[in-house]
Amino acid sequence: MYSFDMHKATSLDNAAALLAQSGGKALAGGQSLIAAMKLRLAQPGALVDLSAVPEMKGIRKEGDAIVIGAMTRHAEVASSKVVKDAIPSLAALAEGIGDRQVRNMGTLGGALANNDPAACYPAAVLALNATVHTNKRQIAADAFFKGMYETALADGELITSVSFPIPKKAAYVKFVQPASRFALVGVFVAQTGSGVRVAVTGAASSVFRAKALEDALGKAFNNDAARAVKMEASGLNSDLHGSAAYRAHLIPVLAGRAVLAAG
Amino acid sequence: MSVSLSLKVNGKSVTADVDARTLLVDFLRTNLALTGTHVGCDTAQCGACTVHMDGHAVKACNILAVQANGTEVVTIEGLAAEDGTLHPMQAAFKECHGLQCGFCTTGMVMSAIDLVARHPGADEATIREQLEGNICRCTGYHNIVRAVQQGATAMAK
Amino acid sequence: MGANEPGVIGQSVRRKEDLRFITGAGQFTDDVNMVRQTQGVFLRSPHAHATIRSIDLAKAKAAPGVVAIFTGADLTGVNGLPCGWLITGTDGKPMNEPPHPVLAQGKVRYVGDQVALVIAETLHQAKDAAELIDVDYEVLPAVVNCVDALKPGAPQIHEQAPGNKCYTWALGDKAAVDAAFAKAAHISKLDIVNNRLVPNAIEPRCALASYDRAADSYTLYVSNQNPHVERLLMTAFVLGLPETKVRVIAPDVGGGFGSKIYLYGEETAMVWASKRVNRPIKWAADRSEAFVSDAHGRDHVTHAELAMDKDGKFLALRVVTNANMGAYLSTFASCIPTILYATLLAGQYTTPAIYVEVTASFTNTAPVDAYRGAGRPEATFVVERMVHQAAVDMKLPQDEIRRRNFIRTFPYATPVALTYDIGNYDATLDGANELADVKGYAARKADSEKRGKLRGIGYASYIEACGLAPSNVAGALGARAGLFEAGEVRVNPTGSVTVFTGSHSHGQGHETTFAQIVAGRLGIDIANVEVVHGDTGRIPFGMGTYGSRSLSVGGTAIVKALDKVIAKGKKIAAHLLEAAEGDIEFKDGKFTVAGTDRSKAFAEISLAAYVPHNYPLDKLEPGLDETAFYDPTNFTYPAGTHIAEVEIDPDTGVVEVKAFTAVDDFGNIINPMIVEGQVHGGVAQGIGQALLEHCVYDPESGQLLTGSYMDYAMPRADDLPSFKVGTRVTPCTHNPLGAKGCGEAGAIGAPAAIMNAVHDALSAVGVTRIDMPASPHRVWQAIQSARA
Repeated sequence: MYSFDMHKATSLDNAAALLAQSGGKALAGGQSLIAAMKLRLAQPGALVDLSAVPEMKGIRKEGDAIVIGAMTRHAEVASSKVVKDAIPSLAALAEGIGDRQVRNMGTLGGALANNDPAACYPAAVLALNATVHTNKRQIAADAFFKGMYETALADGELITSVSFPIPKKAAYVKFVQPASRFALVGVFVAQTGSGVRVAVTGAASSVFRAKALEDALGKAFNNDAARAVKMEASGLNSDLHGSAAYRAHLIPVLAGRAVLAAG
Repeated sequence: MSVSLSLKVNGKSVTADVDARTLLVDFLRTNLALTGTHVGCDTAQCGACTVHMDGHAVKACNILAVQANGTEVVTIEGLAAEDGTLHPMQAAFKECHGLQCGFCTTGMVMSAIDLVARHPGADEATIREQLEGNICRCTGYHNIVRAVQQGATAMAK
Repeated sequence: MGANEPGVIGQSVRRKEDLRFITGAGQFTDDVNMVRQTQGVFLRSPHAHATIRSIDLAKAKAAPGVVAIFTGADLTGVNGLPCGWLITGTDGKPMNEPPHPVLAQGKVRYVGDQVALVIAETLHQAKDAAELIDVDYEVLPAVVNCVDALKPGAPQIHEQAPGNKCYTWALGDKAAVDAAFAKAAHISKLDIVNNRLVPNAIEPRCALASYDRAADSYTLYVSNQNPHVERLLMTAFVLGLPETKVRVIAPDVGGGFGSKIYLYGEETAMVWASKRVNRPIKWAADRSEAFVSDAHGRDHVTHAELAMDKDGKFLALRVVTNANMGAYLSTFASCIPTILYATLLAGQYTTPAIYVEVTASFTNTAPVDAYRGAGRPEATFVVERMVHQAAVDMKLPQDEIRRRNFIRTFPYATPVALTYDIGNYDATLDGANELADVKGYAARKADSEKRGKLRGIGYASYIEACGLAPSNVAGALGARAGLFEAGEVRVNPTGSVTVFTGSHSHGQGHETTFAQIVAGRLGIDIANVEVVHGDTGRIPFGMGTYGSRSLSVGGTAIVKALDKVIAKGKKIAAHLLEAAEGDIEFKDGKFTVAGTDRSKAFAEISLAAYVPHNYPLDKLEPGLDETAFYDPTNFTYPAGTHIAEVEIDPDTGVVEVKAFTAVDDFGNIINPMIVEGQVHGGVAQGIGQALLEHCVYDPESGQLLTGSYMDYAMPRADDLPSFKVGTRVTPCTHNPLGAKGCGEAGAIGAPAAIMNAVHDALSAVGVTRIDMPASPHRVWQAIQSARA
């Protein structure tokens, strides 16, 4: 790990100020960032610890949405009665991120800001048509994920919370890469007020919506409809653990399983 | 950059000034000589470094020491009673032959206690799933699963 | 001995060593620290193959905290690392044995090859300084595949190994095999790859080297399986020091699986450097570093053919194998795909003629050496995949074809140099069939099919050869080391016993098993027995722990020392009891005059030996401390049958191990709990090889693509089922314990059992070949290809 300066923010404004002053990086749970720093793959000059920022905490129901603070740990989402009652698929997704120890540290905001192409949370945000709240604005899910490890967040912009509209039904099915246990392909299927939304993670450089599946499931929300969809392999990831064709094959298979799981 | 730490480790208050890049595991092993917490990988997967922070199992190799500031940390050295009486999970690992080389064991025991706290009455499949964050190369997990089951029963008493 | 022995032998005694491990009090090498200790970091080659034009250390040496930096150029007078086994090729010439430098000399030959040792006050400083070293590399083309390396025009890795060949070696009667094939009713054929693995002991390699200027001597703490071998190779072959000047301590070691047998460049450079800097140097490998620098395992490409008569009786086996040695010959690399592989190709069968030819080549990859099983898993994989294929071709049940060919008369001399002393292969096969509930398989398969899944069952009836021996025979075959073991039994004055054994324990539980032997034989409380291992300063000598040899060789050395203790005890007792020595019996911890009630307890005898007031000093030395060296007369031959049941999801290619049964014959068993644990662990590694683990280098760049747990799939708890294990016993005929060894059996039988089950399941959709690991992606691809 390279040397860096360390700051601890006491409020949202303080965090933004510290980031601006130091030119550093925000530290949420650190489960991806510290791992990268250890391997000397990331070299921030300073870290601003967000763990004490009060504006980033808490899980609450607001109208027809569940609002989750950015610094909420995966384990808290997984065990939250509020989340389990309203969006059980979201709690289940959180329970499947990383491992138990990682879930005790990793945060929603950190995962979204990092936007790892194989992360689980981006699929939930995109499929549930969530809104990302920052210290500057609100960003619709469709506008948030920009590419591999890229988001719409500007320099110094911090996620404060995410608002997940409660779907009619939804489920996430993750097919793990056997070594990392990240998603080789993960598919989140949601029946929302604005129709069926299907988000796919792990398969491409960033999470994306599978329009063909959305159309098919919009007409018939069942396994057969999902399975009948043929996904295009071009543009999908190909690596040691799965070719693009394999990932393309898995997407409708997993979408069908998600439909079955959604009930 | 140096940072000041103040935390509780195994029930005792500890203060120190450390380089900001000091990992929690290095602080425990080097500054406090608590060498029971081990490092088996550098990608936060093997779980040999598992400790409890404010009652939750975490991977001490993937946390900066400064992130533990103000918390209560328990390591494997803090499990047994003052008189040496083992924690039921420690005893279960011995009784069930849930360890061979002993290197992953300390993290495995810490993880198992957290597992039981979160999933009381877990069946074998749940235990296996919940051990995802701990890699053992010796036992094939067979006896670790037995140990967690036996430890869970003993902890419930 | 065994079940009939009194007391603790044969009991699942809980382990004496556990308390320190479950409380965090174990002392692994990285837990040891010394005053004025420095931190070492190795700068490693980022290229698979390159010439080093120059190394500029100026900036790095000026960096904060740097104590010293050494490169290959500094190591004058230091020899290369030796290979411990000379293989003589079919051309009658010795194998090509290129230099294996401690630090790179002018060239790097694999990603991870160590270029410089950076020593600084702190680890951060050493890492920071290492990044400031400017190495000017001229990158050369690389080759990573052992077959490609032999092709014309392949990059030449060593001047001393033209065409990258190490050797071509053969065993068996080629003419007899050719003749048998000519008259065969049926020939089955097979092409297989034995996938390259990374051993991955959870404790990465670690060393702490220090130098004592006053005594002109060195102490090396190192995570190692055989400290005496480490010391012997380092002093006699590399550094030119007397053994007396180097003490090697292998304290608690967090798993080895073969990878910690060898003398590596890292600790050798550190010992050398500790004198130059006159301070202790600590180095602990990161996992990423372990991936590129530990010796890897397996990596064979094989074509095999089996000739049969019309009834499926095996007539002859022909095997051609290419083996990857990596960039340099590691300590035992050369004997793995030859002596420990080819000799096992008879398996449990009466195949009368076998011919095997092995070509070993150098590649731009990490050195390959023994990994749990070492040659024997590769041999079993060939034989048992072949037998599975033969049964399919002959339309015979898998157990039936095995029964038709089992060896049933012992001793049995195979056509590949070994003589099996004893076994009962029907017993283990029948036992496995029963324990696996093979009778209920059809119903389980039907249930799987109902759920749209493919179910398969696979057998592996393996044989292994453990306790590599005897030394004179091995020497004639090229071994450059002895293969005995040493044990010292030191009886203390009050009758407690300290055992010093050359068999290092790093998970195997020797501290308990050996204590059981001593307690059982001497009739004393196991609490009064302590076992010491892993320190050349305390142990007389030792060849260490590898090849499932500890009980049969190391345990026997202890038994031989115990025999001497008892014999001397009888002399002392005869004196004290005023009886003839021949009339003294030793039983249940008492020396008794036969036929009388006059006796002396063991502790009375030991006290007399150390307080020799009433003692035959004119005839007998005081003290009760005996040492034995034991060199076995033959290998031991554990064998068994493993049965795997898998269920495959054809939609995703996921293979689930539904059941795994192992019924093994390890001879007599001292501690069933420990033996079962060894089987569990071996099976898990075998399943790992079959379904998950794969070390992959990029064929163009030579970069390691599976360099962390992010890409190298380690078996997790939820990848595995609970195992069903059982044993049958035919005691080994040539050691007093009747023990054979159990450490590797799981890793030997499981890959073939699993892959046979996978092939069985996939046969329903027309798949005929799939290589390990049968990952979801590969299985899906195989199904797609078969359907196309």
